[in-house]
Amino acid sequence: MKLTLKIWRQKNHDAKGELKTYPIDGIEGDMSFLEMLDVLNEGLINNGEEPVVFDHDCREGICGSCSLQINGEPHGPDRLITTCQLHMRSFKDGDTIVIEPFRANAFPVIKDLVVDRSAFDRIQQAGGYVSVNTSGNTVDANSIPVNKHDADESFNAATCIGCGACVAACKNASAMLFTSAKISQFALLPQGKIEATERALNMVKQMDEEGFGNCSNTGACEIECPKGITLVNIARMNREYVSASLEAPLSNAWSIDDESSLFD
Amino acid sequence: MSILDSKIPKGPLADKWTKHKNDINLINPANKRNIDVIVIGTGLAGGSAAATLAELGYNVKTFCYQDSPRRAHSIAAQGGINAAKNYQGDGDSNYRLFYDTVKGGDYRSREANSYRLAELSGNIIDQCVAQGVPFAREYGGYLDNRSFGGVLVSRTFYAKGQTGQQLLLGAYAAMNRQINRGKIQSFNRHEMLDLVMVDGKARGIIARDLVSGEIERHSAHAVVIASGGYGNVFYLSTNAMGSNATAAWKIHKKGAYFANPCYTQIHPTCIPVSGDHQSKLTLMSESLRNDGRIWVPKKKEDAEAIRKGTKKPNDLSADERDFYLERRYPSFGNLVPRDVASRAAKERCDAGFGVNKTGQAVFLDFASAIERYGKERAVVHGNHNPTENEIKTYGKQVIREKYGNLFQMYEKIVDANPYETPMMIYPAVHYTMGGIWVDYNLQSTIPGCFVLGEANFSDHGANRLGASALMQGLADGYFVIPYTIGNYLAEDIKTGKIPTDSPEFDEAEKNIRTTLEKLINNNGKHSVDHFHKKLGHIMWEKCGMARNAKDLKEAAVEIRALREEFWRDVRIPGGINEMNAELEKATRVADFLELGELFAKDALNRNESAGGHFREEYQTDEGEALRDDENYMYVAAWEYTGDPGNEILHKEALEYEDIEVKTRSYK
Amino acid sequence: MAILTSSIARKVAMALSGLFLVLFLAQHFTINITSVIDPETFNSLSHFMGHNFVVQFIAQPILIFGVVFHFIMGLILEIRNRGARSIKYQSFKGNNNSTWASRNMLISGAVILAFLGLHFYDFWFPEIVHKYVESNPMDPTRYYPDLVQKFESPVRTGLYCLAFVLLALHLWHGFASSFQSMGWNNKYSKGLRGFTKFYAIFIPLGFIFIAIYLHLNQ
Repeated sequence: MKLTLKIWRQKNHDAKGELKTYPIDGIEGDMSFLEMLDVLNEGLINNGEEPVVFDHDCREGICGSCSLQINGEPHGPDRLITTCQLHMRSFKDGDTIVIEPFRANAFPVIKDLVVDRSAFDRIQQAGGYVSVNTSGNTVDANSIPVNKHDADESFNAATCIGCGACVAACKNASAMLFTSAKISQFALLPQGKIEATERALNMVKQMDEEGFGNCSNTGACEIECPKGITLVNIARMNREYVSASLEAPLSNAWSIDDESSLFD
Repeated sequence: MSILDSKIPKGPLADKWTKHKNDINLINPANKRNIDVIVIGTGLAGGSAAATLAELGYNVKTFCYQDSPRRAHSIAAQGGINAAKNYQGDGDSNYRLFYDTVKGGDYRSREANSYRLAELSGNIIDQCVAQGVPFAREYGGYLDNRSFGGVLVSRTFYAKGQTGQQLLLGAYAAMNRQINRGKIQSFNRHEMLDLVMVDGKARGIIARDLVSGEIERHSAHAVVIASGGYGNVFYLSTNAMGSNATAAWKIHKKGAYFANPCYTQIHPTCIPVSGDHQSKLTLMSESLRNDGRIWVPKKKEDAEAIRKGTKKPNDLSADERDFYLERRYPSFGNLVPRDVASRAAKERCDAGFGVNKTGQAVFLDFASAIERYGKERAVVHGNHNPTENEIKTYGKQVIREKYGNLFQMYEKIVDANPYETPMMIYPAVHYTMGGIWVDYNLQSTIPGCFVLGEANFSDHGANRLGASALMQGLADGYFVIPYTIGNYLAEDIKTGKIPTDSPEFDEAEKNIRTTLEKLINNNGKHSVDHFHKKLGHIMWEKCGMARNAKDLKEAAVEIRALREEFWRDVRIPGGINEMNAELEKATRVADFLELGELFAKDALNRNESAGGHFREEYQTDEGEALRDDENYMYVAAWEYTGDPGNEILHKEALEYEDIEVKTRSYK
Repeated sequence: MAILTSSIARKVAMALSGLFLVLFLAQHFTINITSVIDPETFNSLSHFMGHNFVVQFIAQPILIFGVVFHFIMGLILEIRNRGARSIKYQSFKGNNNSTWASRNMLISGAVILAFLGLHFYDFWFPEIVHKYVESNPMDPTRYYPDLVQKFESPVRTGLYCLAFVLLALHLWHGFASSFQSMGWNNKYSKGLRGFTKFYAIFIPLGFIFIAIYLHLNQ
């Protein structure tokens, strides 16, 4: 397979970047997308040029490192996979492939296709945990039964790999799918209920401070999410946030303290 | 008498850990605030250790090369985590888990460590559930279990095929809680390049900021290494691309003994290699062997026809299939331990029965499971006379619920639908049981340098049972190191901050700079990957699933030659003071090129077959591993002397007091 | 005030004001459709709306506030959202994962706003002038003829129709979206979404029908 690659090259965070064109030949359908980039890089190194830098690690779709915007979509044209799971059989001979970094002001470019997603870490640090000591001296695991449906839903939310495709796909660069997945995981479990109020308020606050855009429910994140995390989570977060705001002291967000007056 | 002191506490096996905890020194909370600890690696072991140590009050700095602690490769563990909870009431107990672990490890693990691991296993589940890890549950709301290889009970807790991910996110969440409190400083995209020793103790590290390229000095009163295994010495493995041995190898060069490097786990169920471009191998969880049956054709003609594509696997009737694991090991069947299953696959493929283009694959077939589950579910749905199609639909539903993500992963990579046609699998390098030698306190031979998880050698012997790696990582991090490190640090409450402007730090930093400059200015002919692939080829062909003295000798020579070539001829574009992925790879591969030679040396030294180490010269008539307990029931701990070819062997004799050592049998 | 800074609070505010406007549309449509069925009913309803104290001095200011609020909040959000990605993609295939309507609420909203300007110029200002500036005597029969006269011009009728198409697009995304924003996404949502889509087509289509009907029945 012969392809034309247009790849974003940017020396470092402060440099100005541009799309550069690289023709490439001898690509097989069984190669993964990243293996195709390996081939390109091997050629660049042998020519004394600097290889294209991109984030990648596990190459089996679970670590969430890989993060390319491929032909205008995060993780490329296929659904429910990450870039490392995308195979070249999804393209055809003669195709032009545009490869850009995930773009959002909250994800500044570090170099070429590598972006800084530490904003996600900070959102989690703001409350994405249950405050339990790690001594092991808790109750027996089976003394906290959890309804299977809730446990499964919680798991589904928890499968988020933090890749940032939701932000990349969103026209507003909103991080609500990511944030809501974490809030949902805990909101659905009895262990998470105790800190639910603080968690929702603090995580959303941090999300806002990081400079992500707002959600306008286009649903692009849900379509592009490699783990199939759904908008139901965002709705749940909205609900959690509203009820948290109503429960928390008046000054926190709203000036209405009667929960029922809003929706009934 | 060996100079290795394993510091195993006296007393009955079951009381050792409790007694030890009662005997060791504690540090009062006010003093913990004055003590710094560095943790390298943020996987299950490192992440859980960092969280717990910070919670106790130590000032913790964590380092990981990934952009977030959450991406450490523990995240990729699929199948599950063992714990002797006996929730299923099938006769499980701490002793049985201990027994299975020691037997599974082919009687080459340290008895006291393995027992402690089993003893702590139940607590891990309690802890993780309290943290909100969403394990799989039954309809009653209680935790579900499944079965893994090498055992006769169901003790594996799981979260679909993403158990490692969920456990790691739990540890990461615990870390986040401490980061939020300011007790952990997390250095992401940082790589440890050397250990700094002051007065014979581990007192800090030299790290490189992988974004700016800056070389940094970090001091601490103790350094915890939890950097994972060295499977990538084979180039192709199920490890992440960045998984490396640098931290472990660097402390080895500073005086930590490296134990049993030849004990490598080759996992039987991975997606086969598809071509030269392959950059890594993908595991298909061992849990699939609960329901998948492994087979090759009985007749060579059929195997050839399948390879050519003139026959499809489904064309063969049950009589024409050789379910070789069920045939050879009737009592454990498809759930024999990994080493056994891998060798059996290799044996069939070498004999010409392989089923893919390269002849290096066997089938993992779900047809009978689909049928069995389909019938069961039909009954549940009140359908007592289901058609064949209905059975299949129901059956696929069940399989999808259990293994959906794995099947999807397979389909994406191979472009074949495993619900309809059997999966093709082949063994691949997965885990390294060998690692830095540690005593019962998880301290290496360097005072103040502790090693946890896959990076150490202690708990799994010559072969690790499925779903035990997650257990060990978390046990070490959450429950062992918090006690044992305190015992060591009790001496340091008055030491005060360790300065980073000492001659030792100057020297260490200078050495690192020299090495990096040498690499970057080398201007050779070949990329780092070129050398890494060559190393991988030597390792796989000569130190792989089956080894012999001749090959191992050759491998050592070839690796040494390749190492020299690497330093002469490697080419790294770009500079030091910037993000440079090639430079990162180069420092890692440089260490693999040394480790590989020691690996071959260790394998050559061990004139027996045990677990994952199979020497062709030492096998029974039936092709099973033949141990030599008289001469090799010891841990081979190697001391670095300036050259990996000339390392000195120290032996820690293994003594089994509570378990009868016998020939491992899964028949 | 936190309501102006928290992303989710803004979203909920957008949803609430939007839902309020959706309700208003239904009411407006109900009255207008009577102009096609029975001009006298139309006249009496219009007269009631124009002279009822509650409608005029409580409901109407709330409505105007709702429109202004919805618009300003929408604009603020849009500006912030655009600011969240200052370097744009060179290649962005939005259509592969979302609808045009959902991504361009500002465009459809702006068109609707422009239409509102025209609509005020046509009806609201003359009405205010008629009632409160010129202090004309009450005439409960004047509404229908006024209405018919406005739709004499094919250009105006065309502009109205175009605006209603954009209104349909705005509702197509906005109506269902408002429930999601308020956290209402459950097993009933599918049915509800169906209703909102129906509403998004039916109401604007009805308005278009009225405009064309009146234009053709001069």
